[in-house]
Amino acid sequence: MSLHLKSAAELGRGIRAGEYSSEEVARHFLDRIDQGNDRLNAFVTVTAERALEDARRADAAIKAGEGGALTGVPLAHKDIFCTSKILTTCGSKMLSNFVSPYDATVVERLAAAGTVLLGKTNMDEFAMGSSNETSFYGPVRNPWDENRVPGGSSGGSAAAVAARLAPVATGTDTGGSIRQPAALTGLTGVKPTYGRVSRYGMIAFASSLDQGGVLAQSAEDAALLLEAIAGFDPRDSTSVDAPVPAYATQLDRPVKGLKVGIIREFFGEGLDPATGDAVQAALEVYRSLGAELVELSLPALPLSVPTYYVVAPAECSSNLSRFDGVRFGYRCEDPKDLLDLYTRSRGEGFGAEVKRRIMTGTYVLSAGYYDAYYLKAQKVRNLINADFKRAFTEVDVLLGPTCPTPAFGIGAKVDDPITMYLNDIYTIGANLAGLPALSAPCGLVDGLPVGLQVIGPHFAESRVLAVAHAYQRETDWHRRIPPAWA
Amino acid sequence: MTLTRRDVENIALLARLRITDEELPGYVGSLSRILEFVEQLSSAETGEVEPMAHPLEDQVQRLRPDEPTETDHRELYQRNAPAVEAGLYIVPKVIE
Amino acid sequence: MTIEWEVVIGLEIHAQLATRSKIFSASPTAFGAAPNVQANLVDLGYPGVLPVLNGEAVRMAARFGLAVGGKVARRSVFARKNYFYPDLPKGYQISQYELPVVEDGTVDIVLDDGLRKTIGITRAHLEEDAGKSLHEGLGAHTGIDLNRAGTPLLEIVSEPDMRSAREAIAYMKKIHTLVRYLEICDGNMQEGSFRCDANVSVRHKGKHEYGTRCEIKNLNSFRYVEKAINYEVTRQVDILEGGGSIVQETRLFDPDRNETRSMRSKEEANDYRYFPDPDLLPLVLEDGWIERVRASLPELPDEKAGRFVGEFGLSEYDAGVLTASRETAAYYEGVVGALGGEHKLVANWIMGDLSGFLNRDGLEIGQSRIDAERLSGLLRRIVDDTISGKIAKEVLEAMWESGLGADEIIDAKGLRQITDSGAIERVVAEVMESNPRQLADFRSGKDKLFGFFVGQVMKATGGKANPAQVNELLKRLLPGG
Repeated sequence: MSLHLKSAAELGRGIRAGEYSSEEVARHFLDRIDQGNDRLNAFVTVTAERALEDARRADAAIKAGEGGALTGVPLAHKDIFCTSKILTTCGSKMLSNFVSPYDATVVERLAAAGTVLLGKTNMDEFAMGSSNETSFYGPVRNPWDENRVPGGSSGGSAAAVAARLAPVATGTDTGGSIRQPAALTGLTGVKPTYGRVSRYGMIAFASSLDQGGVLAQSAEDAALLLEAIAGFDPRDSTSVDAPVPAYATQLDRPVKGLKVGIIREFFGEGLDPATGDAVQAALEVYRSLGAELVELSLPALPLSVPTYYVVAPAECSSNLSRFDGVRFGYRCEDPKDLLDLYTRSRGEGFGAEVKRRIMTGTYVLSAGYYDAYYLKAQKVRNLINADFKRAFTEVDVLLGPTCPTPAFGIGAKVDDPITMYLNDIYTIGANLAGLPALSAPCGLVDGLPVGLQVIGPHFAESRVLAVAHAYQRETDWHRRIPPAWA
Repeated sequence: MTLTRRDVENIALLARLRITDEELPGYVGSLSRILEFVEQLSSAETGEVEPMAHPLEDQVQRLRPDEPTETDHRELYQRNAPAVEAGLYIVPKVIE
Repeated sequence: MTIEWEVVIGLEIHAQLATRSKIFSASPTAFGAAPNVQANLVDLGYPGVLPVLNGEAVRMAARFGLAVGGKVARRSVFARKNYFYPDLPKGYQISQYELPVVEDGTVDIVLDDGLRKTIGITRAHLEEDAGKSLHEGLGAHTGIDLNRAGTPLLEIVSEPDMRSAREAIAYMKKIHTLVRYLEICDGNMQEGSFRCDANVSVRHKGKHEYGTRCEIKNLNSFRYVEKAINYEVTRQVDILEGGGSIVQETRLFDPDRNETRSMRSKEEANDYRYFPDPDLLPLVLEDGWIERVRASLPELPDEKAGRFVGEFGLSEYDAGVLTASRETAAYYEGVVGALGGEHKLVANWIMGDLSGFLNRDGLEIGQSRIDAERLSGLLRRIVDDTISGKIAKEVLEAMWESGLGADEIIDAKGLRQITDSGAIERVVAEVMESNPRQLADFRSGKDKLFGFFVGQVMKATGGKANPAQVNELLKRLLPGG
């Protein structure tokens, strides 16, 4: 079997068993990137030399009898994670010249686990987008249909893994930015509980919603990677000081007797019927495995999109103020005074969607509007959170669709921000409440993948992964590869 | 909420963003639509509800020991700076 | 008819907390380093970095809150104050807004007429300092040094309770004393560790509502505070009496011209858009923690002064002077302790001769060339009659110059007091003999000449004769037989 058809876990085992070296694996994926990236635009930076160095080091470690499950396994980082000595662009002209002097905690931990860095993946600018069309580096194409979007904002990571240019990749999820692209490209994408994965070195979009995670081929791979990146980090005040379970060893927990909540609000108007059918079929698989399906209602949930589009822009408007052309990043030519330096560096350095969100956020925080918009949204956020809390007193997990439709065409929604925003209608709730959530592939509609979303209570990553894994033992949707990339 | 050009110009100034005359109408339209969209929040009954600033309500701020462990990396950190002189970040003259 | 104006002043004091590292990063806070060498990734606002709160800064804020009898909040929240300025790297300052760490304190000040007045402290909150903009020698540019960025500040906001520049100074000095007693701020005003903004307005005396106020920024000496307020009051009264009205604005004091002027740069559309900082969690302080901080508080200046009056019998004034700084009080108590009493004598010497030398040489009491131990050595010789107070002044000066102890100087210079009454009597006899005319005059009723004879005896003994004995002998012998 060709190396790129193997999962990250399989590659790790093969390298440790001496079936192939990490360097061979790295070269194989670098070749695939070389041949395929022009078509997909999944990578902003390919770190070929670094990959080979990492791989040789991993091989030496294996030889010395060291190393673990991920030693020698190649991966790609979303270009939102700071990587020392390597360009970190966040998909923006603003950071098109930015070489981070430090590594993000996620990057540091995966390097310490012996992984091999293939490169940095394309993304919506500053993670603001659901289609990867807002990147300064151009749109990413969906390997299932290159005229369609891969979703966003972790679209580069999704396309890279879906096309097997990398066996696994990191992502970040503020309103669905891991789960939605995972759904649209047939991957398993996990966003852990807020505070599980350190945000240190992850360029902030909306600090109270951002969470790092993984785009993988299966729940098993996702568990392996999540285990490596999760855990307390004293450099992030919002990082939770709690032990990290060995996710990969807890995947086989049975779903028999599990109470599965079906959120009524997720199956209403706006859900593409074929997508709904695929999700219903998946629910039947759970029923056949002995899970108890309970329908319930989260009445405040329909307000999650408007809530998000107040909270996230508010935080982003402040988070992005540091990009001012003074200490790093893009600076305009010949500023005539300080105001000119600021307004032109920022006006020229940020793209249209980022500017739109900064202005939305500036507006909702400004004097006279704070109460009506920002404070109101924070209160509604609490209502949504209370809905989830109540739900988890009745059920163990919540299941539903990840997205209302399969991947849409490039350019189809760029003209109307609201239509684009509504793509995240099912994913945003988990961010507002800080819940662990995952998307797993559960079917194809006209040759395009559809995602099943699993949402758990705080810190129940193990359960969420096990629920997905149980499904993946019964089905093979997660093994489907875009025909052009097999 | 329908914004005027003047509103958007004011927001852009507050956010220190140069918006060109050609771009302005587009932002007036899209920002107005976004604000209109989020106004459905006003329909929610939130009488006594506390605002939620953070997803993990029980977590509290951790305190760091007062140890100055950082050392000088000015040269490395200033490699990204557009303009530096004598160790200072340089900007156009600031008039107070 | 002339209107009587009443001045209303509130101060916002910024005290840099004396932590070793910054409030949200582990960079050192030492003053005077080369530009930007103490600015790490967090201080520079690099993409992806996050703040982590320094526990010592919190403890210091709590010390202050407890010392002014305020409420230390069980739960307080950090907020972002958003504005663009090149010395503010993130484009926002992390501060506290709706829920500060300290609320509702008071301090007492003593007015010129000796009366006490209580000044309210609305709140004190933690925040980070900004960097510095340098304009010299860079032509058309400004240089930014971010070493100071992220230094912890306690912003202490008073009620508008002060009615004159003198009261404002008294209040500011009181806070200055307090923060140094608490060892939470070095109080160095030249280095900017202790500075204030003054909110000044005037109103007709007897009116209830406040006039429109102006905020005078960045006053870093007591003298500037006084001058700036006085200038500002005159300016506002002149405008109002000329039929004008005050514009609420931020003003800057120019010490070269002794005037305040409008800071237009701060006026353009300021809307700080405060909101809770999502990178930091609520600061929760447990009762037990607060009580431990309370238990660690030193004796505070007011308590100490009260004890000096009550136990030591000092005047309020002396007690006030001796407790004005923790160092002075420690020095005083050190000398008193070594002597086992003599409270008034010690007070006089510290407030008199010693402070004269300190002032002359521009030294703080902590830098005194005569430490408490040495001074007690000198005063002991007054108490045990080895030397007179007059000789002691001479010895003190020699101690100051030479660094030697009192006894070494007394012995080397042979200054030991003559207490042998036989010896003194011989000198008295000699003096009477060599001044027959004065003796005759005295005996014929010129009582004033008594002092002349005292002087002659002291002169003849080089000042060493015990003055009490001299007096007694002269009283007995001068009137004659």
